[in-house]
Amino acid sequence: MKHQPTSRRSFLSLAALLPLAAVGISACGTSGPAGTTTGTSMWSVSGDPNETIRKNSVDAFGKANPDDTIKVTFFQNDAYKTKVKTAIGAGQAPTVIYGWGGGILKSYAEASQVEDLTGWFAENPEVKDRLFASSFGAATVDGKIYAIPATTVQPIVFFYNKELFEKAGAQPPKTWDDLLSLVATFNGMGIAPLSLGGQSRWTSMMWLEFMFDRVGGPEVFNDIFAGKADAWSHPGALEALTKIQELVAADGFIKGFSSITADSNADQALLFTGKAAMMLHGAWTYGGMKNDGAGFVQDGKLGWVDFPTVAGGKGDPKNTVGNPSNYLSISAKATDAEKASAKKFFKEGLLAKDEIAAYIASGGVPVVNGIEDQLAATDDADFLGYLYNVSKEAPNFQQSWDQALSPVASEALLNNIDQLFVKSITPEQFASNMNATLGK
Amino acid sequence: MAATVAPPQRRQRAPEISKGKTGSLGWLAVPALVFFIAFAIIPLAGVLVLSFTNWDGIGAITPAGIANWLSVFVDPGMYHALWLTFVVMIVSWLIQTPLSLLLGVFTAGSQKYRAILAVLYFLPLLLSSAAIAIAYKALLDPNFGLAAGLSMPILAQDWLGDPSLALGVVIFVIAWQFVPFHTLIYQGGVRQIPRSIYEAAEIDGAGRVKQFFFITVPQLKYTIITSSTLMTVGALTYFDLIFVLTAGGPGNATRILPLDMYLTGFRANLMGPASVIAVILVAIGLFLALFLQRLGGKDRTGSQLEGM
Repeated sequence: MKHQPTSRRSFLSLAALLPLAAVGISACGTSGPAGTTTGTSMWSVSGDPNETIRKNSVDAFGKANPDDTIKVTFFQNDAYKTKVKTAIGAGQAPTVIYGWGGGILKSYAEASQVEDLTGWFAENPEVKDRLFASSFGAATVDGKIYAIPATTVQPIVFFYNKELFEKAGAQPPKTWDDLLSLVATFNGMGIAPLSLGGQSRWTSMMWLEFMFDRVGGPEVFNDIFAGKADAWSHPGALEALTKIQELVAADGFIKGFSSITADSNADQALLFTGKAAMMLHGAWTYGGMKNDGAGFVQDGKLGWVDFPTVAGGKGDPKNTVGNPSNYLSISAKATDAEKASAKKFFKEGLLAKDEIAAYIASGGVPVVNGIEDQLAATDDADFLGYLYNVSKEAPNFQQSWDQALSPVASEALLNNIDQLFVKSITPEQFASNMNATLGK
Repeated sequence: MAATVAPPQRRQRAPEISKGKTGSLGWLAVPALVFFIAFAIIPLAGVLVLSFTNWDGIGAITPAGIANWLSVFVDPGMYHALWLTFVVMIVSWLIQTPLSLLLGVFTAGSQKYRAILAVLYFLPLLLSSAAIAIAYKALLDPNFGLAAGLSMPILAQDWLGDPSLALGVVIFVIAWQFVPFHTLIYQGGVRQIPRSIYEAAEIDGAGRVKQFFFITVPQLKYTIITSSTLMTVGALTYFDLIFVLTAGGPGNATRILPLDMYLTGFRANLMGPASVIAVILVAIGLFLALFLQRLGGKDRTGSQLEGM
């Protein structure tokens, strides 16, 4: 009898610990799709046409190289950015990491989380030489290359709905004043002048990127990037910010813009359903509008022009902004076999012939040299030729700010842009808030 | 040696029977305790340690002293978020408590139509916050939503894009989601009240309204405290719904403290300051829970039906 309490207790504590142990064991087995035992893995961003294209090329590579199969998982854009950061911090990164280069890649490189590919590129010059030279800037940190340009060149384009412009008897804007008068015209017709998915915030940022350049020239952001004191208070910056708030005040953007997200492509839908007349958005939306727009693109209703100039502005009207490419990096924590498979894919599977053709067919310009003839031979030759020339001839191709800056500065920027667009802060407050993040 | 090992002495007053029982059944708490330590105490200690460090979530963790605490406490953004958290908490309580109390009393009745209505009321309880947020976001969209579908321009407000409307919409959706849950709690509470009290009141000539205020509400005292504790402490965790609905925007209009913590930690990569905010949230939650328990008075574990 005396033993009973002891034995009962130990039995119970054992029983209590069992589920815990089970949780612990199963956690090891399933923690993240990129566990160390699952082989070469790749995370990428969902959304067609790019999702299908990348999936097909990975599948094709796997079939040709059964020993180097790569398992690819897709995530929604905004969710992915958080997830991949957390996974890398927790040491559970996939073998191949999709990214945008710039400030975030820099933070991975500084924490030794991504493989230095400089040596590999030196050994395989043909891989490097076939890609746009300009696309390597955002992949380079302190002179070392940590990522490979992997998709299409994505400048931001000023789109408009030709049908609505015909109805209004208007011409696409050449200057900021043209734009303001178009705002009045379309508002008078009961049509929203500009579509904007403002809740995503980087969508609003694209307006600032262009305005800073058109008003003050590329130096304004270069100073910010370099962390110069009070760089956000540059007169050109303040003028650009003021003009943006004037556009908001004139009801330039669609009603409810700050509750619209870009992830759901609602902003594109506004343009191709004729609810909005113009939209500033990434070149990648061309493919989306072609897919979803029920003939909007195919029937020639989509127009595009360079971003308007600003009277007295310093920036070259040929300057553009956007993403020079998306990038793939290799996790430094991956095994040698996984790294070897990933590099083999970079060399043989990435932007291979079929993938290039698929990107072009979807309305994108892959970052591969010598594809002019292929571009000219497509139904989308006008748009693709425009993208190719804009990217190639731009005296300055400013990388998206939220990618160029560090995560700390970038989050502060997006938060302040959100407040600027709903006019809860003034341009001066914006500048002083952002000056506090310089060099961080 | 022998002197130090005193035999267990009986106390002068014999302990209540229930007390003796819980003593011998103490091991029942072991599994809960193990889980509580593993999933609450240890992470909490981790957060406390992190709040004194610099960490971007990716690289090495370096000590920061009290710098994070200082930076959070001088940040007007934190006070704004704290203020919004209390606004959401108090307004939610003011809306949800009377509604769910009345609905709970109503559905506690026995007629068949009430059973059917009760099932309908509880439907929102079955949906996940994310699903609710996505549904409301679609319905409230001024261009493609309910207003466009029903061609009712009055509904075409910029519900989630206007800083002055967004917080109200958030509080409404929270109420829509959680009123059923609290109704369920009140329904259970009302069904515990013995019929005999009402019968006695009826004999004394008390009407429905008097019965409600002098029997139902006092008898539900502890149910109200339980429900209020869940509601107010729960307000410190409203995250998923707001994150999907507005992501804290427009312009910080709905950036309550839990959301601020997430955005600081996982968007801006500032794990140190985010940990400080987490510690503040824990402190507020503990304070609220203890305060509301205090309201119940010392006899809260006793029965209200003694002597009946």
